[in-house]
Amino acid sequence: MSQSYNRGLIEDFGRWKEFSAGMWAWIFHKFTGWMLIGYLFTHIAVLSSAIAAANGETMMIAGEQVNAYTGTIQGLEGLFIIRVLEVGLLAVAVFHILNGIRLLMVDLGVGLTAQDRSFYASLVLTGVITVASVPTFLSGVGL
Amino acid sequence: MSTQQQEPESQESPQDPEMKGTESPQQRRLREKQEGMVEDQAEKEAEVEGETVHLKVFRYDPEIADKQEPRFDDFHVPFEKGMTVLDAVMYARDEFDSSLTFRHSCRQAVCGSDAFFVNGKQRLGCKTQISDLQQPVRIEPLPYQEVVKDLVVDMDHFYDQMHAVEPYFQNDDTPDSSDLEEQRQSRENREKVKMSTRCIWCGACMSSCNIAAGDNEYLGPAAINKAYKFAMDDREPEDVKEHRLRIMEQEHGVWRCQTQFSCTNVCPKDIPLTEHIQELKREAVKKNLKFW
Repeated sequence: MSQSYNRGLIEDFGRWKEFSAGMWAWIFHKFTGWMLIGYLFTHIAVLSSAIAAANGETMMIAGEQVNAYTGTIQGLEGLFIIRVLEVGLLAVAVFHILNGIRLLMVDLGVGLTAQDRSFYASLVLTGVITVASVPTFLSGVGL
Repeated sequence: MSTQQQEPESQESPQDPEMKGTESPQQRRLREKQEGMVEDQAEKEAEVEGETVHLKVFRYDPEIADKQEPRFDDFHVPFEKGMTVLDAVMYARDEFDSSLTFRHSCRQAVCGSDAFFVNGKQRLGCKTQISDLQQPVRIEPLPYQEVVKDLVVDMDHFYDQMHAVEPYFQNDDTPDSSDLEEQRQSRENREKVKMSTRCIWCGACMSSCNIAAGDNEYLGPAAINKAYKFAMDDREPEDVKEHRLRIMEQEHGVWRCQTQFSCTNVCPKDIPLTEHIQELKREAVKKNLKFW
């Protein structure tokens, strides 16, 4: 055996059609986890405008003089893209929570034979909750 | 005895000078056999014309110039009821290309030599029915293992990991050999480890594991399952179990498992590998909590 052949990564994303439920759950859980960490930074950035507001800074929103914190939030909420991103954030958070519960059950050794079904259930529930939230998130947005 | 020794000599004269020109009975039989074989051959080819299995088999051989670049070879094997993937590749080797190389031995899912990557899934060749598969049947060596030749992969790393968990019974106070006492296992305890004892070391689980692919030091499902078998054995003393858990809870032990269930899905012996890994995780946590 002087030589051998390394086939490299076989099960990369090129094979996504052959991934099992557990594999998808793992990928989605990683993805949503990173998304939530990313959101954390934007969240901190927006909230930090409260420091400016505390220093008495103000800004103009829709012809009104408001403090920097209120102004920043109102300004962002006025954007359609932000509303869409909020729906996405909810979907990501809900899936991460539901799959987190599923993983907790797996860690406790409960219902391991139903792990694929519980993944599909968490996907469906995420979808339902996300769709149900759309009217709330998109109300009163100036397009 | 002496008369018996002479007998073969008298039989040894098939080419009598007077028989030349005409056909001896033996030659006639040989000729008929030859013709029959030709007919058989034709029949066989007709069968091939009928229902065939289309195999696409991974080929690689570092010692042959035109096989150094890995490629897929097509084989059309006559289908038979109950044909397994192993049967099909054996037919291809015996009838079409004798250089086709793969490991196999018992043909009944016991030896664990013939785990292949069939249609994108790690399966045991002898346990996989051709009729259950979509055609063409793509047969590759196990992923994440170095290919030595064709479907043969280097299993050394897998065996290293298996041996790393000390897969043997350890008990210091064995009963005196003089009283010939047996170390009996309770029925309940045997039932608990039953599934884990089924492992045939085929390496399908290790090959399916995404984590093992990226982390060469990760013990892998099969080795952890082996550790489970002994850690859960009541007959081993408490300190041995603790020692086993200490191996398990190392950085590349049970905590690398991310519960993708890939190994559990491919295991040809239906061992609940993820369940066993999770149980060892809980045991490791419980052991550590005791010292708090």
